[in-house]
Amino acid sequence: MGKTANKQMICEVLMEHAAQDKSIVALCSDSRGSGSFTPFAETYPGQFVETGIAEQNLVSIAAGLAKCGKKSYAVSPACFLSTRSYEQCKVDVAYSNTNVKLIGISGGVSYGALGMSHHSAQDIAAMSAIPNMRVYIPSDAYQTKDLTEALLEDEKPAYIRVGRNAVDPVYEEGQVPFVMDQATVVKEGEDAAIIACGEMVKPAKDAAELLALEGIHVTVIDMYCVKPLDQETVIKAASKVKGIVTVEEHAPFGGLGSMVSQVVAANCPKKVLNMSLPDAPVITGTSREVFDYYGLNAKGIADKVREVIA
Amino acid sequence: MKLKALAYKLRQDTVDLIRAGKAGHIGGDMSVMEILVELYFDQMNISPENMNSPERDLFVMSKGHSVEAYYSVLAEKGFFPKDQLHKEFSQFGSKFIGHPNNKLPGIEMNSGSLGHGLPVCVGMAKAGKMDGRPYRVYTVMGDGELAEGSVWEGAMAASHYKLDNLCAVVDRNRLQISGNTEDVMAHDDLHERFRSFGWHVIDLADGNNIDELKAAFEEAKTVKGKPTVLIANTVKGKGSSVMENKASWHHKVPTDEEYTQIMKDLEMAKEAYR
Repeated sequence: MGKTANKQMICEVLMEHAAQDKSIVALCSDSRGSGSFTPFAETYPGQFVETGIAEQNLVSIAAGLAKCGKKSYAVSPACFLSTRSYEQCKVDVAYSNTNVKLIGISGGVSYGALGMSHHSAQDIAAMSAIPNMRVYIPSDAYQTKDLTEALLEDEKPAYIRVGRNAVDPVYEEGQVPFVMDQATVVKEGEDAAIIACGEMVKPAKDAAELLALEGIHVTVIDMYCVKPLDQETVIKAASKVKGIVTVEEHAPFGGLGSMVSQVVAANCPKKVLNMSLPDAPVITGTSREVFDYYGLNAKGIADKVREVIA
Repeated sequence: MKLKALAYKLRQDTVDLIRAGKAGHIGGDMSVMEILVELYFDQMNISPENMNSPERDLFVMSKGHSVEAYYSVLAEKGFFPKDQLHKEFSQFGSKFIGHPNNKLPGIEMNSGSLGHGLPVCVGMAKAGKMDGRPYRVYTVMGDGELAEGSVWEGAMAASHYKLDNLCAVVDRNRLQISGNTEDVMAHDDLHERFRSFGWHVIDLADGNNIDELKAAFEEAKTVKGKPTVLIANTVKGKGSSVMENKASWHHKVPTDEEYTQIMKDLEMAKEAYR
């Protein structure tokens, strides 16, 4: 298969099931095009709800639909969905425990040069702080497929962040070692561990391959399940390595790095270095340029691993 | 008991509940009572027996701070024992929180933060249309609550989706915690606002009158292709001169002396309607 954006994969999986399962409903806030949900809207108009540019309404309507037996998928840019609709996510979805899956599209710095209003560098922290809200950030389209299939099986709230563009696969088709709510160990090594999520998993894997050439053997963990964080896998990795590097497309506070550090500090203290976006509006550029500028690429991650084990 | 008398009996229960829990939004509890009584004891197809039926009518208490009135109505309806409610309300570890809690039977959604009920009801009513179910969806909002922008996102969508199975009520008691609603943020063109959003609007001269409420809810059922809002002009603190039309009674626990007078006033009104 050619490269498929994670958001497109979510749409494809839902379309596959929507024919039989009429309770599946997709909602968009004038975001069907950017969310790759136009095919869903055209194929299943009776299971599609357009709310217009009103993200708070999007989430509340999704909750009301869910209360009446629907499996609601609210698809909207991650920046707006996670912060403008924050209270609706907290009260109408998590607190009222409605079966709403919040699909944050074009997450992180996907929107590149559009600036901070369109970046979602706070969503992991914001969503993870809500009781009864799960947070998933899949790394590639194959994993996104398995995750979407798994989420269709439960009736609990979740926030899923995906990027805008198609990304290089981390896994091979048909060979995705996916277990719901268990991190995927992409590579095993005894010297250091890299724990990453979303689009940072691929450069983490590439960094490990660079380091292997120097004889540094690194465990790479794909923590697509940011909440509930797979603590067991973190502790197991931390116990055998000299240091840990976390990598995420998020602000430096309250995200994957903070959570991993909490677990490591409490269970098997080791040095942890966190790589993230800065505590500032990011430099103007494409997401690739932004990642490179802040060292969120294979070379930057490899440098950080050398630092943590030095 | 006639519904008019029942409303005063439930006001007495509510005052007792507030005294038991040592907290409560008493003014709004009193103003909203006939609206809840007419809905739960005359209009809505909802009871402890059918509360899980997909055909049931749905209600969201958007002005969640009037939870004491809501709990009292639900207890009277048999969703949970009144004794348990009065023993546990606002107590440590209780499920009877100071805002609606959907871990309790009969309560569909948690509320408390204002401006959520109407948009959630839009989703519920939309689901009813999608599935061709006959149920109706109701919500009650406060008038101060209408300053929340999300109310108008919901209002816009409700008419766009032609949700004639949705009926909202505004408990227009004209007072909020800081004083007169018209001084805090004016709403006197409410009728025009909702009409311009595509709603059928019914003004109730006396929103504490069961007969007017019944007629308005019945009219709402006949409206096709658009949602209906009842602007129920009510009296905050209704039922006792101790509380009526006094913003200071937005959130208050009556003293022993006030309690005696309030209960006497409510008893007189109840007996008058028997």
